[in-house]
Amino acid sequence: MCRIFSSSLVRDLSCNQLSSNNLREMLESTKESLKLEAMKRIVGLIARGKNASELFPAVVKNVASKNIELKKLVYVYLVRYAEEQQDLALLSISTFQRALKDPNQLIRASALRVLSSIRVPIIVPIMMLAIKEAATDLSPYVRKTAAHAIQKLYSLDADQKEQLIEVIEKLLKDKSTLVAGSVVMAFEEVCPDRIDLIHKNYRKLCNLLVDVEEWGQVVIISMLTRYARTQFISPWKESVVENNHEQAFYESDEEKLGTPQSKPYIMDPDHRLLLRNTKPLLQSRNTAVVMSVAQLYWHLAPKQEVGVITKSLVRLLRSHREVQYIVLQNIATMSIQQKGIFEPFMKSFYVRSTDPTHIKTLKLEILTNLANEANISTILREFQTYVKSQDKAFAAATIQAIGRCATNITDVTDTCLNGLVLLLSNRDETVVAESVVVIKKLLQTQPTQHSEIIKHMAKLFDNITVPMARASILWLIGEYCERVPKIAPDVLRKMAKTFTVEEDIVKLQTVNLAAKLYLTNSKQTKLLTQYILNLGKYDQSYDIRDRTRFIRQLIVPNEKSGALSKYARRILLASKPAPMLESTFKDRDRFQLGTLSHTINSKATGYLELSDWPTAAPDSSVRNVEVMEPEWVPSMGKTKPLKSDDKFYSDSGEEEGAGEEGTGSSSEDSSSSSSSSSSNEGKLDSESEDKNSKHSEETDSSQSDKSSGHSDKKKADKKKRLQLKKKAKKAAPKERYQMHRPPTHHPLTQELWNLRTFTPKMVSSPVFVPMSSHELLHRMTGKGLAAQYHFPRQPCIYGNKMVSVQLTLTNSSDHTLEDISIGEKTSSGQNIHRFSSIERLEPGASVTVSMGIDFNDSTQAANFQLCTKEDQFSVSIQPVVGELFLPVTMTEQDFRKEQGKLQGMNETSATITMAPENTSNQALSKKMVSVANMGVVPTGEDSLYRFAAKSVSSGDLVLVSVDLTDSSSGRLTINTEKTVIGSMLLRDLKTALAQP
Amino acid sequence: MIHSLFLVNSSGDIFLEKHWKSVVSRSVCDYFFEAQERASEPENVPPVIPTPHHYLISVLRHRIYFVAVIQSEVPPLFVIEFLHRVVDTFQDYFGLCTEAAIKDNVVVVYELLEEMLDNGFPLATESNILKELIKPPTILRTVVNTITGSTNVGEQLPTGQLSVVPWRRTGVKYTNNEAYFDVVEEIDAIIDKSGSTITAEIQGVIDACVKLTGMPDLTLSFMNPRLLDDVSFHPCVRFKRWEAERILSFIPPDGNFRLLSYHVSSQNLVAIPVYVKHNITFREGSSQGRFELTLGPKQTMGKAVESVLVSSQLPRGVLNANLNASQGTYTFDPVTKLLTWDVGKINPQKLPSLKGSMSLQAGASKPDENPTIIIQFKIQQMAISGLKVNRLDMYGEKYKPFKGIKYMTKAGKFQTGMQRPHVSCVKA
Repeated sequence: MCRIFSSSLVRDLSCNQLSSNNLREMLESTKESLKLEAMKRIVGLIARGKNASELFPAVVKNVASKNIELKKLVYVYLVRYAEEQQDLALLSISTFQRALKDPNQLIRASALRVLSSIRVPIIVPIMMLAIKEAATDLSPYVRKTAAHAIQKLYSLDADQKEQLIEVIEKLLKDKSTLVAGSVVMAFEEVCPDRIDLIHKNYRKLCNLLVDVEEWGQVVIISMLTRYARTQFISPWKESVVENNHEQAFYESDEEKLGTPQSKPYIMDPDHRLLLRNTKPLLQSRNTAVVMSVAQLYWHLAPKQEVGVITKSLVRLLRSHREVQYIVLQNIATMSIQQKGIFEPFMKSFYVRSTDPTHIKTLKLEILTNLANEANISTILREFQTYVKSQDKAFAAATIQAIGRCATNITDVTDTCLNGLVLLLSNRDETVVAESVVVIKKLLQTQPTQHSEIIKHMAKLFDNITVPMARASILWLIGEYCERVPKIAPDVLRKMAKTFTVEEDIVKLQTVNLAAKLYLTNSKQTKLLTQYILNLGKYDQSYDIRDRTRFIRQLIVPNEKSGALSKYARRILLASKPAPMLESTFKDRDRFQLGTLSHTINSKATGYLELSDWPTAAPDSSVRNVEVMEPEWVPSMGKTKPLKSDDKFYSDSGEEEGAGEEGTGSSSEDSSSSSSSSSSNEGKLDSESEDKNSKHSEETDSSQSDKSSGHSDKKKADKKKRLQLKKKAKKAAPKERYQMHRPPTHHPLTQELWNLRTFTPKMVSSPVFVPMSSHELLHRMTGKGLAAQYHFPRQPCIYGNKMVSVQLTLTNSSDHTLEDISIGEKTSSGQNIHRFSSIERLEPGASVTVSMGIDFNDSTQAANFQLCTKEDQFSVSIQPVVGELFLPVTMTEQDFRKEQGKLQGMNETSATITMAPENTSNQALSKKMVSVANMGVVPTGEDSLYRFAAKSVSSGDLVLVSVDLTDSSSGRLTINTEKTVIGSMLLRDLKTALAQP
Repeated sequence: MIHSLFLVNSSGDIFLEKHWKSVVSRSVCDYFFEAQERASEPENVPPVIPTPHHYLISVLRHRIYFVAVIQSEVPPLFVIEFLHRVVDTFQDYFGLCTEAAIKDNVVVVYELLEEMLDNGFPLATESNILKELIKPPTILRTVVNTITGSTNVGEQLPTGQLSVVPWRRTGVKYTNNEAYFDVVEEIDAIIDKSGSTITAEIQGVIDACVKLTGMPDLTLSFMNPRLLDDVSFHPCVRFKRWEAERILSFIPPDGNFRLLSYHVSSQNLVAIPVYVKHNITFREGSSQGRFELTLGPKQTMGKAVESVLVSSQLPRGVLNANLNASQGTYTFDPVTKLLTWDVGKINPQKLPSLKGSMSLQAGASKPDENPTIIIQFKIQQMAISGLKVNRLDMYGEKYKPFKGIKYMTKAGKFQTGMQRPHVSCVKA
């Protein structure tokens, strides 16, 4: 112990020795609180880096404790010391094996976490087994833990790689957003070269990305960046005329094909999908996510689209200094290649006096990179203030930067040189020294005109003490001694006097100067040179002695000197190439941006190269997901499919399989599901996306008859829809009761639903209920136009995610209203299908029209404008939660099965008291279905009623059951993944049942 | 990813260590200490330090270095962002993140770190979830725990991990339902000696404190959303809704959170709410210098400028300053040469001023006459950009919440005083 001088450590140490026995006693006591206290102290010791390993036997006994906190602390201890005490650690394994079977997912997960963190090689087979089991667990949280455990096992025993890859492959198919990030992390660690595992999951990952937690997003994005560089062709080809707007991209495809251009670049739709789905993440609060999207765009997007990242990167500069440091480094690299994108933000890189030095120099670097003819005067003015900074290291860096500007922009070279010469009279030595060095470099580029400056510097020579600066001046005078023939020998004379006290670097340059003068002006300087060479001969530094000897042989002709001295003049006074003043970030782009390797500018361990674009695109069909991937067949035999837990995120994939009906190409669905996977988001663009991808699908060369068959089918569907529409209109109710069609009338949706799930779950006809109308627009406010709406409770014919709404428009004014329609400018996030505009509505007449609204399974009001020829009225439809469903028929057995999957947090329940009128069988059902659009599930039990529905937008099941305990009270349970609607529905039902 | 974490205090002692994989010896920090010695200021320690076998990525907050040890390639921002998240969590749990607070709560800290990372990969970083797993210590709970022996650790898996809204805990209940939003804007500006603005930007945030029962679905709309040029959201905000309608629609987390950070487009002219007139002169050869500084409000829409603090780093040659403040107090540190003047509130009728003389080191050459002046201030009830919240609506729950919105403008990085030469000067 060498650090005993710290008083607190002394105290700790004595405590340590004293309490070691105490702690053991406490741990062995029967009192829980004592044990806990002991564990807390032990954790304190571990935290301070003290050795507490001798307590291992006493601690490990408590691994099976019932007290959760005690158990957690024991886990902390175990993970820390198991490696050192392998034999004893094995005692705890059986506890974890038991916990792995626990019904509580928390316990299962934490058992796996600890088991996999114990780095004891003997238990590798046990770990392998546990991981395999957990990878098929019902709880996505446990599966996430399994993904983490893969990396741990791999680092413990790399021989397990093959088996682990199998698990990774399985987990990559997982559709839970919770798992996605972790499994990709495992993939990157274990088998980053197995790109083939990604193909089938590529589109899913792209679509899930928005919903994955932030840390997972970073990992997935960087993996997808590498993936994309191997799978798509470069969008950077110069010859290609590109469309920078995605809309335009798809629309202009056909025209392009007609033009005789050699080989037009067409971006792979999957490539575009990745760019499109990552873009919103630029708005993330997590700086790492923003940076990873920025690097993705930098490495993958067409050059003209890269600009979107700049604003977000500049935003990050407001963050902590460490973040600024990394971001500025990356901007520095980018700004060398594309200065244009950062130029509008130049002022954001102005240096503040409070910035730390490394931030200042990075900002300087970027400003220098951004300099061009147009902005150079502004930048130079800014630099002038920096030179005065009290931070001298920064002032020196500024002078270097001025030098670089001067070489890069020839217009300002003279201005800069003059400015630098002015700095030579600066009081601060470092400034002067740096100026001299930079002037030297500048003069080398154009030596002809600047003898004045050299003279000026020679005059300053006596006052400059910084060795580097003195050496630079000597070199300059020597190099251009013919331009200053009078001054040069004089400088040499002065140097001869002070030679012995100079620094080495100055001495070397003095010898240099002497040699050059000897060659050009030997008459005046012969003796001086010899004197200096003699001084050098006996110098302490062998470098100088060496140099002196060499120079003497070279320039002083004697009989021994060979052919070399003839060339002395050509050797010493050769015209030298001017040094290039370059950015230190010039070659940083060999590393992927945003990586550690980029930051430290050398290859970090485990850095994965970004490959070059392939010259020809690899087969893109590998990413197509086949219909009914076996993932929907419970592949694990004994385990149930993983559906219930992660359904919220996962519906995209299901639709993929179902919607395409065997065409095999799922590009259409993948884009539409991008919006459905984030099901609470607005669906504004889903329609346009569909359109886009349809275009892209048609350009796909691989499909010929398929797509035609496909579109034929579409036409047929359209016809059906039209028929339906007509019928819907006909059936529009004048009275307030309504007939509902049996399900055979909408075969399309039914088909979809049959395919979508493996249990028969079809949309059934709604139960007969009285319709209640709501007022949309009062005739007073509507200037004679009155509107009412109600929910007809039938599947919407305009889109299977829409709720159909019927509007009854009445003209109560005294003149004819014309052109009634829904305004173009609907300001809400919902997707609304407008009714076709009504040309004339006579006074007193009324008409019923139907429209569809996608409420996204939320009760947020849909706002839109009702327009007549003269006026516009803002109206809003606020849905009741019960109208957001479609009834579903299922058997009691199926109901139970589905309910079993929607346990835990997907279940909400409440005790209800019922009005006496509602307790009868029929009355209850009637009451229930009047509140919500549900189907009654036939039941064998007397006091148990079941209802089933699915949410319109996402299609998630909503299962309601009422269990009557006695005549007036009971228990109402709702199982659904849509917990928000679930709880709202619960409340509505509860109040409804309480009312007579 | 993250192998180990070391916490280092300002005197260079490691006072906490945590390992997520096998143990890394604390001697790895020697490379960090070396870099620390080389740096003149604590902030100048480079955030990323390569060592022969590891890479050290550190952040400095509250005078504590959080040093993460990395063994292989990882995006550095990933680690930095995570470390800052750790500090935020500590702050949230213990009120402040100091060495003493961490040492006092070392068990909670350890439990938190254990939950936040698994095998070096972030597991649970959302404060709502962490608080369900590990209850924050309060004085009352500490007392109760010691008496009853109950624990800080939650009994259940946080349901949020699996719910539709991963950031919100379930079963939230309040008797008073309230939602408060603070719109805080900061002006970053560089102003030259003559008073003209070199650069000025407004950065704003909306911090929320939402205590609402159940699963409320809120929408917040602005009178002038076009002002917002660049925004970043809490994950709860529905991005598509914003894109389409410029409305913030979200199910909020429970408690305090940052809903939105924004940047006001630089095309708009930024109103600068204060001005500074100063005159600092030194005469060649004399050991005295004059100092004069006056502050005044401008463009504040009638709101008072409060908590004004002026600080300036005087040239090294200044030995002492003998000044007279018309209001507030000033201090001058002869060692660091830092002059600070706590002005308080600016009264537009009687402008605060600071005048007097400075004594200089004998024989020193004439110092630079334009030291940077940094100003801090606050203006209540005003967002300088003119951003206004239009309305806040709640869906999904039936009760009527109490809603409040507060505006404030602050100085961010606000510096003035440096002289900017004209282009002609450069050319001369």
